[in-house]
Amino acid sequence: MSQKDQQQPDTQGSRAPVEDLARKAADEIGHQAYWRANVRTLLSLLLVWFLVSFGCGILWVDALNAYSFFGWKLGFWFSQQGSIYTFVVLIFVYVFQMNALDRRFNVDEDR
Amino acid sequence: MSAQVLTYIFVGLTFGLYIAIAIWSRSGSTKDFYVAGGHVHPLANGAATAADWMSAASYLSMAGIIAFEGADGARYLMGWTGGYVLLALCLAPYLRKFAKFTVPDFVGDRYYSQTARLVAVLCVVFISFTYIAGQMRGVGIVFSRFLEVDIDLGVGIGMGIVFFYAVLGGMKGITYTQVAQYCVLIFAYLVPAIYISLMLTNVPLPMLGFGSTVNDGSGMFLLEKLDGLTQELGMAAFTEGKKSTVDMFFITAALMAGTAGLPHVIVRFFTVPSVRDARISAGYALIFIALLYTTAPAVAAFARLNIIDALNETEYQALPEWFSKWEDSGLLAWVDKNEDGKLQYRGGAALEPAKPIFSGERGASGERLVSNEVGASTNELYIDRDIIVLAHPEIAQLPNWVVALVAAGGLAAALSTAAGLLLVISSAISHDLLKNTLARNLTETQELRWARVSAAVAILIAGLFGIYPPGFVAEVVAFAFGLAAASFFPVILLGIFSTRMNKEAAISGMLSGLILTTSYIVYFKFMAPELNHAEHWWFGISPEGIGTLGMLLNFAVALVVMRVTPPPPEAVVNMVRGIRIPKQAT
Repeated sequence: MSQKDQQQPDTQGSRAPVEDLARKAADEIGHQAYWRANVRTLLSLLLVWFLVSFGCGILWVDALNAYSFFGWKLGFWFSQQGSIYTFVVLIFVYVFQMNALDRRFNVDEDR
Repeated sequence: MSAQVLTYIFVGLTFGLYIAIAIWSRSGSTKDFYVAGGHVHPLANGAATAADWMSAASYLSMAGIIAFEGADGARYLMGWTGGYVLLALCLAPYLRKFAKFTVPDFVGDRYYSQTARLVAVLCVVFISFTYIAGQMRGVGIVFSRFLEVDIDLGVGIGMGIVFFYAVLGGMKGITYTQVAQYCVLIFAYLVPAIYISLMLTNVPLPMLGFGSTVNDGSGMFLLEKLDGLTQELGMAAFTEGKKSTVDMFFITAALMAGTAGLPHVIVRFFTVPSVRDARISAGYALIFIALLYTTAPAVAAFARLNIIDALNETEYQALPEWFSKWEDSGLLAWVDKNEDGKLQYRGGAALEPAKPIFSGERGASGERLVSNEVGASTNELYIDRDIIVLAHPEIAQLPNWVVALVAAGGLAAALSTAAGLLLVISSAISHDLLKNTLARNLTETQELRWARVSAAVAILIAGLFGIYPPGFVAEVVAFAFGLAAASFFPVILLGIFSTRMNKEAAISGMLSGLILTTSYIVYFKFMAPELNHAEHWWFGISPEGIGTLGMLLNFAVALVVMRVTPPPPEAVVNMVRGIRIPKQAT
């Protein structure tokens, strides 16, 4: 339980406490904005996730089955194929959006 | 060469490969043993995660379930892959930033409570053992069916192999063997599927083939033909579901939230170097998983068609060779209800009870007689759904090497998942129970030794479960997901996304979710199984889907309780803020 606090609160605050405090406050504001943007990204992706699987694959499956998509009934295709393809795309969209977000808020990891 | 000799060769080669990898990747430290040193390349982690994730159930049983349930099988396809999206988006990157070794680590630290840590250890051990029993059984089944080895000896050989690379190599050994196992299992799954897709539709990709026209000259779409045949024979049309929408919704949601909380998959994300790598490796893993998951429904449709084609209205003596082979192993049975000497495959259960009880005698045509009551339907065929993946290459008359490949793939799927689960159990014991609770002054070397000892003991127990499967395992495994959904998932999710979430809310939420889910399942499955029908269920939710309701209750209770109890300590709030930001504080 010892070194879990990775925010590093006040170890180097001795020399220029005011500057440090200001930088910390700025960081804090930036981090909050980053987190809000992160949650927004998540929610929009999860909305698609829900619409494709629970929506097209389950709730509206009978209605969609009235349409055909190549050799499939559309609802059946969504529930057994389309939802899975969408999931893969969603994760990659997430990766690219988050990496861009990390850079924009300057919180990306150094290599 | 016969299929059996080829199977020995393939299984021998793959096992040799796993052992070689284990020797090459020995673990020297606890960090190696628990999280492979945290240096695994995201692509390798993706493949390892996919092998870890896809169990004997995904490989051996899923296509079979879909083949006989048709559209309703989608709950597994969407449930298990959709849960992966939840894991990748909502949990994996943050747990990677948390940078510890285990899931109980997170629960214990986040909720600043040794009680919570111990409850998490118990849940992890319970979920992992119920899951692992099925894997070891899967190993035994593949051995006994393909190599005609005694099922107990088969389990023993499987234990020996896992013992070797899990105890020696820990997470490091497991990771790299899982990469190899993924390659073996996906190759073994795709080759017969591609073959069969070509034979039926001329389209090489099975996921496209089952939406194409059949090449019998009729110009019909494959699913159209299958729907027609199934309805003609008095079965539910393949693309129409029988389950109610409410039940499908709840079961799928329980499977999703349950899989997102599976400890052996979460822990894989502790093995990559950074948060960015955790994100992208989740993407690779889902591509690898999707290859199998989009092929499975195609295999299911092909198999259903092939089986109807090969068996229906055929005289017993004229049935293909594989029929008597699988009849001998008890996966097929035929009752000549109308005594015409031909097999009629129709809707409804052929036997009562559904599984055949062979009397040891032979009937007029030479078939194995059963002592079951015959069901009311005109259906004469009992067919075990596990046969779809195991026997399909023979049913489609594929070459022997493809048959042998399927056995090696099944073993890879079962062993990779078993190893991942064993590691989770061993780290829960040596790290969470000993190092963090009972014996805090354990040195690194001692902890590593304990990790190895507990892995070894866990393998022995898992093997015993495989040899003497407790009757309740099959019942329980299906609900392990519901329990994980109702307990772990909300607590981990709120632990990341709410800084206000505290110990009291976590404990009361988990308890209420667990109690509701467990009592509903126990009531319908064990106390009053005769009432287990839709008209007695709450809102039409079957016990399989009740985990979703448990999860909602867990969320509701936690959200209320955390508002009326003291906020968590400042250090915990800072920790939560820390795991939300990829960059290390400077």
